[in-house]
Parts: sequence; structure tokens; C-alpha cells
Amino acid sequence: MVEARSLSARGGRILLYAILIAFAAFYLTPLIVVILNSFRSFQEITQTSVLGFPKEFRLDNWVQAWGSYCIAGICSGISPYMWNSLLIAVPATLISTLLGAMNGYLLSLWRFRGAGLIFGIITFGVFLPAQMKLVPWAITLRDLGLSNTLAGLVLIHVVQGMSFTTLFCRNYYVNVPQDLIKAAKVDGAGFLQIFWRIILPLSPPILIVTVIWQFTGIWNEFLYGITFSEGSARPVTAALMALSANIAQAREYGIESASVLIAALPTLLVYLFGGKYFVRGLTAGAVK
Amino acid sequence: MTQTATTMQAGQTRPARTAPRRSWLSDIPDLLTRIVAGLIAAAAVSYVVGFTLWTVVISFTDSTLLPEYSFVGFKHYFTLLRSRVWQVAYFNLTIYGLGFILGATGLGLLLAILIDQKIRAENLLRTIYLYPMALSFVVTGTVWAWLLNPTIGVEHFVRSLGWAQFNFGWLVDRDMAIYCVVIAAIWQASGFAMALFLAGLRSLDADLYKAAAIDGASPARMYLRIMVPAIWPIVVSVLVILLQTAIKTYDLVRALTAGGPGIATTLPTNVVYDYMFQRGLMGAGSAAAVMLLLSLLIVLLPYALFQRLRRGKGGGHG
Repeated sequence: MVEARSLSARGGRILLYAILIAFAAFYLTPLIVVILNSFRSFQEITQTSVLGFPKEFRLDNWVQAWGSYCIAGICSGISPYMWNSLLIAVPATLISTLLGAMNGYLLSLWRFRGAGLIFGIITFGVFLPAQMKLVPWAITLRDLGLSNTLAGLVLIHVVQGMSFTTLFCRNYYVNVPQDLIKAAKVDGAGFLQIFWRIILPLSPPILIVTVIWQFTGIWNEFLYGITFSEGSARPVTAALMALSANIAQAREYGIESASVLIAALPTLLVYLFGGKYFVRGLTAGAVK
Repeated sequence: MTQTATTMQAGQTRPARTAPRRSWLSDIPDLLTRIVAGLIAAAAVSYVVGFTLWTVVISFTDSTLLPEYSFVGFKHYFTLLRSRVWQVAYFNLTIYGLGFILGATGLGLLLAILIDQKIRAENLLRTIYLYPMALSFVVTGTVWAWLLNPTIGVEHFVRSLGWAQFNFGWLVDRDMAIYCVVIAAIWQASGFAMALFLAGLRSLDADLYKAAAIDGASPARMYLRIMVPAIWPIVVSVLVILLQTAIKTYDLVRALTAGGPGIATTLPTNVVYDYMFQRGLMGAGSAAAVMLLLSLLIVLLPYALFQRLRRGKGGGHG
């Protein structure tokens, strides 16, 4: 928005682009390094460094990373853990979003005494460090018989995610005119009917943001995953950690690179295709 | 209805019916749905309050592998405060927090200002600067551990280019390893700061830019004197969000340095986990978690108060 004049000096423009491109290189370097390494052989990397261009593009790192490389003694590659993460992230995202929308609707449009306080407490859950919840979750999961199960992690992410989704949805629904609700009540519509017929049809923008945000967060989550799962029940972030913590054998940087890319791909794709909503989610909490 | 649709910026909104059709929805008793909705909200509240109190209670007990409710008062708190690992962890957190917050904020602000100069390929650059936010800290930590590893990363690479004396062994240096965590964290989060600052700059009145330009101020001065102060509520938000991110940082350290060398990059979160699940000291670990929460509250309570005051005044910008 700056007047063209103020920065029009040719040298200034060149410097500007030089800095912008230099930073682009800073952000892209790790990604490019991992992509290139995923095609390089073990000898090639260990004889030089992780920075280098592949002599030939080999796909066997990818094949092994996906299906046969040994992670903590289980030689099935990273694919089972990708499924685990998917089976955790998809249901947990959908359920927590739906519950958050219900909560948001209840707290913003059915204003009652204490609604503000309830919202404040639920929002506080966003900031509460996970360490404060690990021991209670450990006891709860054990009592429910859900230790080391995908269902246990789904439960954690649903309950935990409700804080985020309630925050997002409530802040969105606050802008829905109260008159709309009043009119529907006069027409005899009940709590659930108003939600289903009036609020949900208005919600796609916020639901997309919430779903993208929840999916990314749950997919990338590590602490609950590593604490409450082991062996073949691990989500992919925990499996990645086990993979790189493997000190029994020489580091297979090529295979690890392919694994890292596979694990990062779902959220990267979500970011590339839903970037607009992703940014909206980032700013929703802070700029409001 | 149309009015609502525009205020909600919902392009794809279907018009809702205000007069409901008879359907399965109306067969469910209204009271029941309200009770269920109330229970869901109650569950969310009791999760936050209940789990917090639960951990607080356990922090006052001598629980080890299993919870047991024999109270020992503040014993664990005093032991922790006196322990070297806890002190070192907070010292590390201070260095890491300062470096990360100032670095990410400064870099984010610089990038936002540069992008604000009517540049080409703005979308592409923004996408590149922000993509690390979509990654997990485990991925970030793993990859930066390779780059910063002297035997396989940048040091080896530069030496192989012919500069044999080049040294970049921070990752294995007790005094410098914490800055490796800082670099990786800045890499991951500066795009977030950039996105928020840019949104702030874009929301400023065009007249402000014109007035500043007429004033004849140099661009750098103009931004520092006029634009940045105009978006200061966003600056505060970014600082607070980064600060709470710093306090909560766990995975990054675990993937990048595993807390080492020694305990040179161990953060309080790592200590908590170590107590709870490596050493099986549930009571002591809970006390450490509560102290972590208190550190967070020291940051968040003034911020919440500040937000409330600002909104009370009719909120300015943002």
C-alpha cells in the first residue's frame, strides 16, 4: 500500500526482492533437503551430507518407508501408522466439530446466566498445557479400558478439541442476529430444529475453518500419542519419533526422509488446498 | 435471511426455512435436546476444571506409578524448586523463550512489511513463509536435527565445499544447543506472526499511509513510527500467543535434541514428562505440571484482563 514513489528506486526494489527470495530459501531449504534425500541412496548420503542432489532418482526409499522399514521392531513401514492417524484424526475432527458447533450455538444464541463464564472456562481449555491432563487421562483411559487403543486417542482429541471448536463456533455465531432465533421460536421451532435448519446452513465458513484446523492439529499431535499408545497402535508422529530414535542401526536418512514426507503430506495438502481457511483459523483466535 | 448471509460472508449459504417442516427433528422432545446440549457443555467445563483440580490434588500426594491420596503438602514443590534440573529447565526456557519470541516476532514483522510493498508473487511468497505452520513439531525437529548435525548437515556440507575450518556444531555444544531449538522454532512459527501482522497492516486505513507518505518520512521510519504502533493490539496478541507456545514447547525439543547434550536444552515440559512417565513419579510430575500452569497464568491473566479492558472501551482496532 506504500506510495510507489517511496520505494521506487530500482536498487531498493532489487534489494527488497533479494531479501524476500533469501527468506523463501530459508523456509524451503528443509523441505527441499528432505525431498532430495528421499531419492538418494544410503551410501550417497553418509559419504557426503544430507545436502546434495541425487545422482539418480531412486524410489526404493519410498517403497521401504511405506511398507517394509522396521520401526521399533515392527517391519511394516510407516503405512500402518498413517492409517492409525487417519482413524484417529477423521472421527475426532468430525465429532469435536459437531459438539463445538452445538456448544457454540448454545452459548451464543441461548444466552442464559453463566453462559459467559462457561465459555470462559471452555476457552481456558485451549491454553491449558497438556501436561496438566496427562495423569487424569492416564487414569481415565485405564478405568475405561481404553489404554493403548485408537478409541482412547479419539476420545482424548474429541474432549480436548471441544475447547477449540467451541471457541471458533461461538465467536462466529455471536454475529447471528438474535431476531432470527426469536422469529423461529415464535414459529414453534425447538432447540434442535433451529440448530439444524437455521444455524447449520449458515455455518459452512466456520465449519470448514474448524475442520481444517482440528484435522491439522490432531494429525500433528505428539504428546498424547506417545503417552497413550505403543507398538502398532501408535499415531504417525509417535512412529516418526521411534523411527529416528532407532540407534541400533546406522541412520537411514533416505528412508527417514521419505517417511517424514509421507507423514507430513496430509497436512501439507490441506494447507495447500485450504490455505485461505487455514490462515483464517490462525487469525480467528488472535485478531478477534 | 439474505442480510444475515451477507453479514456472515457465507457465499455458499443456502436459505434456511424459518418455518420448520414436520420431520424427525420435531419428534425429539425439545426438553431432551436441551438437556443433551447442556450435558455436552457441562462435560467440556468439567473436563477443564475437573482435570485441572485432579492434577492439583495429585501434586500434593506421594503418588508414584498409581494415584494414592496420602497428602504430603508442598513437599514436591519445594523439592522441585531446589532441584538443579528444574532450575536449568527454567533457565533454558528463558533463553529459548526470549530468542524464539523476539526472533519470530521480528522476522514476522519484517516479512509482513516487505510483503506490504506491492510486490509480485505475493501469494506464492506468503504460502512459502507460512507452510511450516502446517507441519508437526516432530517433523520440524527431525529435519532440523539433520541440518544442524555437524557430521551430516551444514557443517560437513560447507567443509566439503572447501572451507575446511568452517564450524557449526551448535547442536552438540552445551552452551549453544538451545539456539538450535530457537532456530527451528522461529522457522516454524515466524510465518504465523507474518500472517497476523500482514492482516493488521492490511486492515489499516489507506489514508494513514497517504498521510505518512506526504509527511515525507522514510519507509522504515514510517512503519516503525506509525504503522506498527497502529497495530499494537495485534503485536501484543502475537507476543502472548508465541509466549504460551514457548512455555508449552515439548515435541520440538524431543525430536531435535532430546533435551541434550546433557540437560542443556531440557525445558520444563520435558521434566514433567520425565517425572510422570520415565521415573513414574506421578505426584512430583503433577507438581511440575502445576508450576508450568502457573507460569502460563502469569502470562495469560494480564492478557485476558487487557483484552477485557480494551473491549470494554469499545475495542479499537482489531
